[in-house]
Amino acid sequence: MLSLAAVSAGYGSFQALFDVSLEVAQGEAVGIIGPNGAGKTTLMRVISGLIPMREGAMTLEGRSVGGLPAHRMVEAGIAHVPENRRLFPRLSVEENLRIGAFIPQARAHFAERLDWVFSLFPRLEERRGQLAGTLSGGEQQMCAIARALMSKPKVLLMDEPSAGLAPLVVQQVFDLVHKIRAEGLTVLIVEQNVQQVLEVVDRAYLLEVGAIKLAGSSAELKDNSFIRQSYMGL
Amino acid sequence: MDIYLLEAVINGILLGGVLALLALGLNLIFGVVDVIWIAYADIVMCAMYAIYFLYTGLSVPLPLAFLIAIIGAASLGVLVHLLIIAPVLNSAPLNQLLATGGLLFFLQSFATLLFGTDFRNIGVRLPVLEFATIYVSFARLIAFAVGLIGAIALYGFLKWTYLGIAIRALAQDRDIVGLMGVDPRRIYLVVSAIGGGLAGLAACLLALQYDVHPFIGNTFGPVIFMICVLGGLGNMIGGFVASFIISQIIAIGGYYSSTELSYVLAFTFFIVLMFIRPRGLFAR
Repeated sequence: MLSLAAVSAGYGSFQALFDVSLEVAQGEAVGIIGPNGAGKTTLMRVISGLIPMREGAMTLEGRSVGGLPAHRMVEAGIAHVPENRRLFPRLSVEENLRIGAFIPQARAHFAERLDWVFSLFPRLEERRGQLAGTLSGGEQQMCAIARALMSKPKVLLMDEPSAGLAPLVVQQVFDLVHKIRAEGLTVLIVEQNVQQVLEVVDRAYLLEVGAIKLAGSSAELKDNSFIRQSYMGL
Repeated sequence: MDIYLLEAVINGILLGGVLALLALGLNLIFGVVDVIWIAYADIVMCAMYAIYFLYTGLSVPLPLAFLIAIIGAASLGVLVHLLIIAPVLNSAPLNQLLATGGLLFFLQSFATLLFGTDFRNIGVRLPVLEFATIYVSFARLIAFAVGLIGAIALYGFLKWTYLGIAIRALAQDRDIVGLMGVDPRRIYLVVSAIGGGLAGLAACLLALQYDVHPFIGNTFGPVIFMICVLGGLGNMIGGFVASFIISQIIAIGGYYSSTELSYVLAFTFFIVLMFIRPRGLFAR
């Protein structure tokens, strides 16, 4: 579905990603784990076109999408739930969802998409007229995910969906990821919460200092002694 | 109540309509593109000249001249964005200010060079209406009504269309609108066109009341900036309300003293208010 080959990227003279290659198959959920500053968010931003890649190739369903700007990536089928949710705080929940369906092919099916995300997140329907900035943290995360789903993406990128949320709410967010997977979406998820993310993904990559250090199935990584020591505190 | 005072109040309200139109345009551009168009009032001047020459020179019917002026001003807005704003979009705010300030001098000098400093009037005399001994200029009434309709139309556009929601979203978080499939560069062009178009619309209304000359922008440009800052820069509703506050001060102040002094009063009020609420009356 989504494939990156030897991708490098950075900001100015600072290089944040070195030769990153990864593969996400149709219907699969893949995690990217790693410490702060490893380049996880940069990787997500490169995939969604917010940051141009310097070298390498990227394909979506076999079509080259490397170097497209963000708004074209959405049209190609990549939706990105950014770090810290980044809802438009002074737009209502419904307006946030509407802007999520901005691209023409999504606009045409706005009503049915809206029904669908409301069935996934009934809470948002109750809050549809409320300003997004006034939602609770968990509701904001729901709204951010729903907003991304409105564009009818093929691949959903999620950057630290559990960051900054209370432990109880974190569990709810991972339940949401389960729900989305059950809908057949392909998901690429960045998380610091290694233990919990390995419960919801099929496979994961370990990113350290901008390069992939380790890859494997969730079961393998859960048993890997390095991962257990460094990232799960076991 | 003294009927002359009432007349002044009514005239103040009517004046507020046109000022509101310009304040909305300037606020929209500032809120979205994040650049202050110092030369905004001079777009109005250009459009007024267009109306004058189309109507008196080429005998184009007035409504058509108005339409051409609005479209021309919208195109000028786009051109200003592409040629002057876009290259300095990521520069320091001072550089952006200097660039649009330079445009102001360019447009004023260019108009002086082309048309001289004569005051020109399209020569359309609209009647003065009398309502129970209160006299109201019909031109001002039209200006107020059109200003109000323009403001409501803009509100509806921003509130209920995809493009309008995208414009508001960009004003709140410009870095991630791309993730929504919105091309920011396209939004900047749309907003510049709307801002220019509103200046063109205001030019039509002003051409019915005032003479055009190369420096006409200076007579109301500072007032519009004051209104925008008073309402909180970028805050559309704040700017709209502030238009009527300032126009009332000008109108009532003019009734008790003179027109010149009323502007002094308005600016004094503004300066005092800036000490009390530095981020504007309606700062969030």
